[in-house]
Amino acid sequence: MSAVIDTHGHAGHDHHHGPAKGLMRWVLTTNHKDIGTMYLWFSFAMFLLGGTMAMVIRAELFQPGLQIVQPEFFNQMTTMHGLIMVFGAVMPAFVGLANWMIPLMIGAPDMALPRMNNFSFWLLPAAFSMMVSTLFMEGGGPNFGWTFYAPLSTTYAPESVTFFIFAVHLMGISSIMGAINVVATILNLRAPGMTLMKMPLFVWTWLITAFLLIAVMPVLAGCVTMMLMDIHFGTSFFSAAGGGDPVLFQHVFWFFGHPEVYIMILPAFGAVSAIIPAFARKPLFGYTSMVYATASIAFLSFIVWAHHMFTVGIPLTGELFFMYATMLIAVPTGVKVFNWASTMWQGSMTFETPMLFSVAFVILFTIGGFSGLMLAIAPADFQYHDTYFVVAHFHYVLVPGAIFGIFASAYYWLPKWTGHMYDETLGKLHFWMSFVGMNMAFFPMHFVGLAGMPRRIPDYNMMFANFNMVSSIGAFMFGATQLLFLFIVIKCIRSGQPAAAKPWDGAEGLEWTVPSPAPYHTFQTPPEVK
Amino acid sequence: MNESLSTRRLVIRLSLVVVAMFGFGFALVPIYDVMCQAFGINGKTAGAYEAGEQGVDASRQVRVQFLATNAADMVWEFRPMADEVAVHPGDSTQMVFVAHNPTDRPMTAQAIPSVAPSKAAAYFHKTECFCFTQQVLQPGERIEMPVRFIVDRDLPADVRHLTLAYTLFDITASKPPVAQVGQ
Repeated sequence: MSAVIDTHGHAGHDHHHGPAKGLMRWVLTTNHKDIGTMYLWFSFAMFLLGGTMAMVIRAELFQPGLQIVQPEFFNQMTTMHGLIMVFGAVMPAFVGLANWMIPLMIGAPDMALPRMNNFSFWLLPAAFSMMVSTLFMEGGGPNFGWTFYAPLSTTYAPESVTFFIFAVHLMGISSIMGAINVVATILNLRAPGMTLMKMPLFVWTWLITAFLLIAVMPVLAGCVTMMLMDIHFGTSFFSAAGGGDPVLFQHVFWFFGHPEVYIMILPAFGAVSAIIPAFARKPLFGYTSMVYATASIAFLSFIVWAHHMFTVGIPLTGELFFMYATMLIAVPTGVKVFNWASTMWQGSMTFETPMLFSVAFVILFTIGGFSGLMLAIAPADFQYHDTYFVVAHFHYVLVPGAIFGIFASAYYWLPKWTGHMYDETLGKLHFWMSFVGMNMAFFPMHFVGLAGMPRRIPDYNMMFANFNMVSSIGAFMFGATQLLFLFIVIKCIRSGQPAAAKPWDGAEGLEWTVPSPAPYHTFQTPPEVK
Repeated sequence: MNESLSTRRLVIRLSLVVVAMFGFGFALVPIYDVMCQAFGINGKTAGAYEAGEQGVDASRQVRVQFLATNAADMVWEFRPMADEVAVHPGDSTQMVFVAHNPTDRPMTAQAIPSVAPSKAAAYFHKTECFCFTQQVLQPGERIEMPVRFIVDRDLPADVRHLTLAYTLFDITASKPPVAQVGQ
């Protein structure tokens, strides 16, 4: 153990338990830091698994024609890549960050419901083992796209779809419990003096995200339950032959699905709003407007879902309503982007790895936002729908948005978690390789999409060959680089330079008042917030 | 201990929201049906039309086209007797569709109607339709199935031409043809 000079609550440590020994520590733990760590490692494992599937997809698309996998397996790869990245990598990573950082940021000793916290984590390995195991079943795994539209996922689904449904149920329960825990922690366990409008923005964005989760994960559960009943109990929610309607599926799914995309980005907004001020050495510009902008985005996310469905045949008034409502989201999002830019304006900026990822986040997420505005134009969407333009759009908001936000957070708080500094040179290498690889992989997709290349198809016209080869090379580069990230984290844990309690001189917040690494128990006596 | 009490209350309230939203997911099903029928979205038509005869508007003529489509895996022969008729709004008109089961087993089918353009769906009334029931056909059997309809006098003036499309689904698996005793 490194000798940590503990100025905070040292006397309190003697009568507290440290972590238990051995494997059972991780199975039984109710400590928010242990659970946060497990969430983060689980998420990284899923990131590598989902990434491997992306590599299969890009290898097949390296050249036109069918070379490596059969179309049936290709469909399973696109489906599982989406499901694993959304539900297995991005969402658990943010829950892990919430577990680690929210109690430290608001001066709480732990999460409000520590045992439920343990349960919501351990549901995830069960859910994903079940889901991944479908790949080895007769008939294969889910092959209907991550949006699992009926009737592809009901009438024409492989037998294994029932396992998929139960896996979604389990991860939904896990997310709902995690969200309830976050709300209870933030509303009830803040240190004295920590008013709502003094909370760090990461805590604010997570509070709003948690409400979104509580509102829409049950709708997803209802959606897959209806599928289950259609498949096994003879109902006809989504079957036209029995009086149901497949389009109803899309409404129910996207009522969940659109808030879901904000669930995957709002915590990243919060993290970046902590990191940019730290490295610009200026307080965040427009804190209050950031809070209101986040709440506005969350509200608007409930009334825009049919913009995913412009081509299914909705009335003109519906197209207009959903088009304008969608474009309205650009206003609060613009407020955020300008606030980040204003925070950097005339700041004393340095570009350590967390800042590099954060600046790239602001620029590249904005590109993804603009292509989203293009897609929001209902008449133009008929051209873009189901093409690679859509793939380019949502990868631009999810990779440099959600994923870069997670990387930035990881580098920013690694010293606090491990007590060691990461290797700055390797971190910068990781950033630049990711940045170049990611843009190489996804930027050409805009062009092939506008030219009409359909998504989710293992083969393509010869005229798209060059751009696809560039995309694949970029994707391989991005994928391989993530192994470097694994190496950086392991190196940081094992042999990094010892980190100070506050390794970033511009950083603000209660988490920097505790030593690095953060002791097993923190804030047993609440800190005073002025 | 006040704090843990309020945590319990908060968790109970949030759990109620979860249950309510789960219910809301299912409530979307009837809401969707009501919205579709009220606004004629998706070309969904209402059930049997009950109101009496409207006066015939002989000054106006609307072309009604008929389409018959088989859903995937459906093997019946299924077609309208005529591709198109010209009707006056308010007039009651009948069209006959023909179905034939060419297989060597009894089968059950369900026809699902749809009207295009969708804004006309609310003005297309069926007083009698084979789509209100299911059809059971014995091996090789052929039947004629009538649909009687009225195009509403209030049909928007710019609609001069509408299409009634049926898709025929094989529902033998979920509704097995009952053995016809005593025929």
